[in-house]
Amino acid sequence: MNSANSLAEPKKWERYFWPLLATALFLALWHFSVRWTGTRIFPSPLEVERGMAELIRKHVLWADIVDSLRRVAIGFGAAALLGIPIGLTLGWYPAADQVVNPTMQILRPISPIAWIPVAIIFFGVGDNAAIFLIFLGAYFPIVVACINGVSNVPSMYRRAGRNFGLTPAQLLTKVIFPAALPQIIIGLRIALGIAWLVVVAAEMIAVDSGLGYLIIDSRNSGKRYDLVVAAMLLIGVIGLLLDLAFRRLEKIKSVRWGFRNVS
Amino acid sequence: MSTTPIAALTHPPTATTTKLSVENVNMVFTRDGKSTPVLADINLTVHDGEFICLVGPSGCGKSTLLNTMAGFLSPTSGTIRIDNEPVTGPDARRIFVFQERGVFPWLTVQGNIGFGLFKLPRAERDERIAYYIKMVGLEGFEETYPNELSGGMKQRLEVARALAVNPDMLFLDEPFGALDSITRLIMRGELLRIWHAERKTIIFVTHDIDEAVQLADRVVVLNSRPASIQQIVTIDIPHPRDLSSPRYLELRDGILQQIGLAHRV
Repeated sequence: MNSANSLAEPKKWERYFWPLLATALFLALWHFSVRWTGTRIFPSPLEVERGMAELIRKHVLWADIVDSLRRVAIGFGAAALLGIPIGLTLGWYPAADQVVNPTMQILRPISPIAWIPVAIIFFGVGDNAAIFLIFLGAYFPIVVACINGVSNVPSMYRRAGRNFGLTPAQLLTKVIFPAALPQIIIGLRIALGIAWLVVVAAEMIAVDSGLGYLIIDSRNSGKRYDLVVAAMLLIGVIGLLLDLAFRRLEKIKSVRWGFRNVS
Repeated sequence: MSTTPIAALTHPPTATTTKLSVENVNMVFTRDGKSTPVLADINLTVHDGEFICLVGPSGCGKSTLLNTMAGFLSPTSGTIRIDNEPVTGPDARRIFVFQERGVFPWLTVQGNIGFGLFKLPRAERDERIAYYIKMVGLEGFEETYPNELSGGMKQRLEVARALAVNPDMLFLDEPFGALDSITRLIMRGELLRIWHAERKTIIFVTHDIDEAVQLADRVVVLNSRPASIQQIVTIDIPHPRDLSSPRYLELRDGILQQIGLAHRV
């Protein structure tokens, strides 16, 4: 009856039951794999849970979370602040886009991780290097989303705007920007996900606080793999929460039209 | 390419002031080094307050002609004059209503109707918005976004947005093409009511000959690409028009024959 392709709405208890069951199975598989292999290095879920409790007790966890979030906020914020106007401009003037596009296409696929040595030359070992790497990771998806957003604005919206006597500046703010906004939001969401990936890597190398540092520090000081895995899970949960928070933007009425599957 | 009406239908237009004149307009599109003539030597005079329908087979270039009149395209040669001034671009005094429903999905019904009124003081703008919401029967939907409206409501919204800036001309490009037949009939009635009340000059593109004969003072029949004027038919039936009167059928069948269609399915 409850086959996978059933068109009927799943019952309320089913919506929670199956995901919970899958999670429980995953934890059980993890637990018994640790047991059966007899590993002394890799922690079982219970050990991770105890490790998590220890981190909370020692009050270092909160400071690390705040540091990571702060770096992401600054790096991502700067990328958005710079990337949105630049992306809108490049989308608005295709001639300018053609000039910078080749350079951008070469820089874009370079992982921010590859920039680490360069970032350290520029900014030294410290917060600024980490923020710079996050900025790099977030900047390109935002610019590309803005360019595509603007160039995909249906010509009839532009023409309607011109017809009503808008100046080019008004056309940009009253027609092009709101029409491109759903795509810009998608770009920002992707960029935020990347920023959260990059912060962990950056903190392993450039700084001595944050969740990435917590992972590398737990390993280096006594091979505390229970703390390593606890920090990993925390990174996953916070990343999910950030994404869910961002998705709420898609429900705003003036952009909702641009997203499918939203009633 | 005669411009004499069919048989003895000569009814000289009563209006005297010329609103729009199309003079020897030619349009050639060039793409990949291949040039395609789209409009061939179009000459047309439209009087102030007149309702003109452009009909012709689909793809014949009637939309191109309308876009040229509205200033979105410039002709390869020839001139278009409105109020005796050459058209150089779009203008808020003449609003184009798009066939693909150009309402802005990020604005509410109110926001859409008020879109062109940004130069007015707040109070006057609100008053006009309320007036046109009432005129097109969208009361109660002021705060609604277009996605939650039916096709007919969206089309009425777009017409209201156009009327709100009080233009002297409307260009309508198959505005009712995507509507179901009942809504389409209602919308035609609405448009005629608005036209009677506000006396705009209307240029209306359609491929539906019935629609043209129901609405227009004169029907301009275009032939296939490159479009040229095949015939201009004066519809001398007073409004409201009886769609089963012999005169209506005679005019409609005359145009159908012009286009080369037998009126049998």
